[in-house]
Amino acid sequence: MSILIDENTKVVVQGITGGEGAFHTAQMKEYGTKIVAGVTPGKGGLRHGDVPVFNTVRDAVENTGANASAIFVPPPFAADAIMEAVDAGLEIVVCLTEGIPTLDMISVKQFMKDSSSKLIGPNTPGIISPGKCKIGVMAGYIHTPGRVGVISRSGTLTYEVVDQLTKLSIGQSSCVGIGGDPIIGMTFVDILGYFEKDRNTDIVVIIGEIGGHAEEDAAEFFRKNMSKPVVAFIAGITAPPGRRMGHAGAIITGGKGGAREKIDALEKAGITVVKNPSEIGETVARVLAVRKSTYRL
Amino acid sequence: MKIHEYQAKALFHLYGIPIPRGHIANTPEDTLKAAQAIKKGPFVVKAQIHSGGRGKVGGISIVETPVEAEAFASEILGTRLITEQSGGGGKPVHTLLIEEALLSKTEIYVGIVIDRTKGCPVILASAQGGMEIEEAVREHPEMVITEMVNTAVGLRSFQLNRICYGIHLDAKLIKRLSDIILNLYRLFLDKDCSLAEINPLVVKNDGEMVALDAKLNFDDNALYRHPDIAALRDLSQENPLEIEASKYNLNYIKLQGSVGCMVNGAGLAMATMDLIKLSGAEPANFLDVGGGATTEMVREGFKLLLSDEDVKVIFINIFGGILRCDTLAQGVVEAAHELHVTLPIVIRLEGTNVGEGRKILAESDLKFTVASGLGDAATKVAAAVNASKSRGF
Repeated sequence: MSILIDENTKVVVQGITGGEGAFHTAQMKEYGTKIVAGVTPGKGGLRHGDVPVFNTVRDAVENTGANASAIFVPPPFAADAIMEAVDAGLEIVVCLTEGIPTLDMISVKQFMKDSSSKLIGPNTPGIISPGKCKIGVMAGYIHTPGRVGVISRSGTLTYEVVDQLTKLSIGQSSCVGIGGDPIIGMTFVDILGYFEKDRNTDIVVIIGEIGGHAEEDAAEFFRKNMSKPVVAFIAGITAPPGRRMGHAGAIITGGKGGAREKIDALEKAGITVVKNPSEIGETVARVLAVRKSTYRL
Repeated sequence: MKIHEYQAKALFHLYGIPIPRGHIANTPEDTLKAAQAIKKGPFVVKAQIHSGGRGKVGGISIVETPVEAEAFASEILGTRLITEQSGGGGKPVHTLLIEEALLSKTEIYVGIVIDRTKGCPVILASAQGGMEIEEAVREHPEMVITEMVNTAVGLRSFQLNRICYGIHLDAKLIKRLSDIILNLYRLFLDKDCSLAEINPLVVKNDGEMVALDAKLNFDDNALYRHPDIAALRDLSQENPLEIEASKYNLNYIKLQGSVGCMVNGAGLAMATMDLIKLSGAEPANFLDVGGGATTEMVREGFKLLLSDEDVKVIFINIFGGILRCDTLAQGVVEAAHELHVTLPIVIRLEGTNVGEGRKILAESDLKFTVASGLGDAATKVAAAVNASKSRGF
């Protein structure tokens, strides 16, 4: 099993005829993802390879039964593309676009208030359930099916962690990049909830970074709601202090957001925090081994 | 993106937020004329730099006469101000803002920023405005009133009431403050601000409220739809290498160490810096070439690293997703040839098209130290740093 996407997920690619859209459509298909449709306004009726292209997401859904979307649309049009996917009733919407204006994302959040669609991203590498389905831009071959859930705010750092796991023969159930923007769809807390319920996930790795307080929220959620072990890494412990945002930023974050505050919050909640980024895989292996030996006793 | 106080005040004026009478000047003579045009002293002369905390380091002076204003201008124009927030090099002072000095007992703070968790703008207000607002709020968080705004319906009257009564504002001033906050909110949305701040907002004897200071930051991702705002950028306030980097959409921050890093993705770049420090070396910079880097971007990134004289060892750490390893390898080889690189280079490549990438590196006549895995890379970078030290760099 896996969370959110699997071998039955049918994907429509918004922006399929663009450079990145076309390249990653090919990569996703090669990985085994069921790409059933593409959308590019004005190119409806054409085919992109063997994938039918539609003018609107609604047309694509009606004709192909797509239930998830991958969005490769340039930043000025990306918020609209997310709303179109949500309005067409897609269950999972993955927005890969980087550089969407924050106010546009606020409109998206308002638009999604009463919707059951789940948004991943934007500015994310996407989501992959190894061996089943990948909606995103991650290199598929570094993943291997297994029982570790991975959640990350970062793109390439996630690949790094997955690579370490795979090289230790530790497979993954699903890996989710929640995105690095100020305003995103699903959060650490949302995804932790899915992994806690997933019978085929034994342990979760959280890859956080400085800024915001998503990691602190995750620590709180873990303490209250989780039985499975969590291992975390926070990037940026040696980073210089961020660019200041007047007084308002300092007032509103109220002592949260720094690497040390995050590590403190996670450790206090009982999460294992790794300090050296080259030791994330080993730490997961160690926590898993302890857990197994505990069960045997 | 940041802009100067005087530019922010011009926008305030456009949006109906009262500002003090004032003029800008770039020379002592113009400073004199500016003060004379205001006529009645005292005057306040304020250095225009992209940093807060200037008042604490002599960047603001209150003077009685235009001649004194001119004297202050002669002292400060052309210097660099180092504040708590400016970084070690400070910021150059090229422009002064000369205003009528307004003294007031009441200093109100008003700010608007995005609340990441709630996903909406939030209005902050306090009766304890002024330079020590952060300290005051740390001890008494209840002194700040916050109101989340539902952008679909806008900032509502009841919220303005809660702010005004919350900060115990004199009833006669409620209409005025409400109008100012509404106008600031309108400006925030219209121009895609990431921060809008008035600190302090003062009350004159006649009851008029005036924004003594103005701070506006803008969402870089939205500048494409605000050419008027983009035109306000002042390159003199930015690090030259960082300006060069931004031309190519590279995210570069200069640091103090000797290991020049080129990494794709901010998270991996930060983790790479953490790793370098843990191995006992110091990063010379943060350089994120981003997910969608092209050969040209990689080449320009490389040039940036080489233009920094502190760099003794180059460490390239790329995990290809969107950025394909062959693209990266091509860029590195081209740049190394073009720039006649002699520094030791440690490369760690993984991800999309890694086979082609490694092949391009292997077939080039350049000597790269290829690392496999972060642990191995850390060891090799540390070894290269030690070797360069023993060679007497």
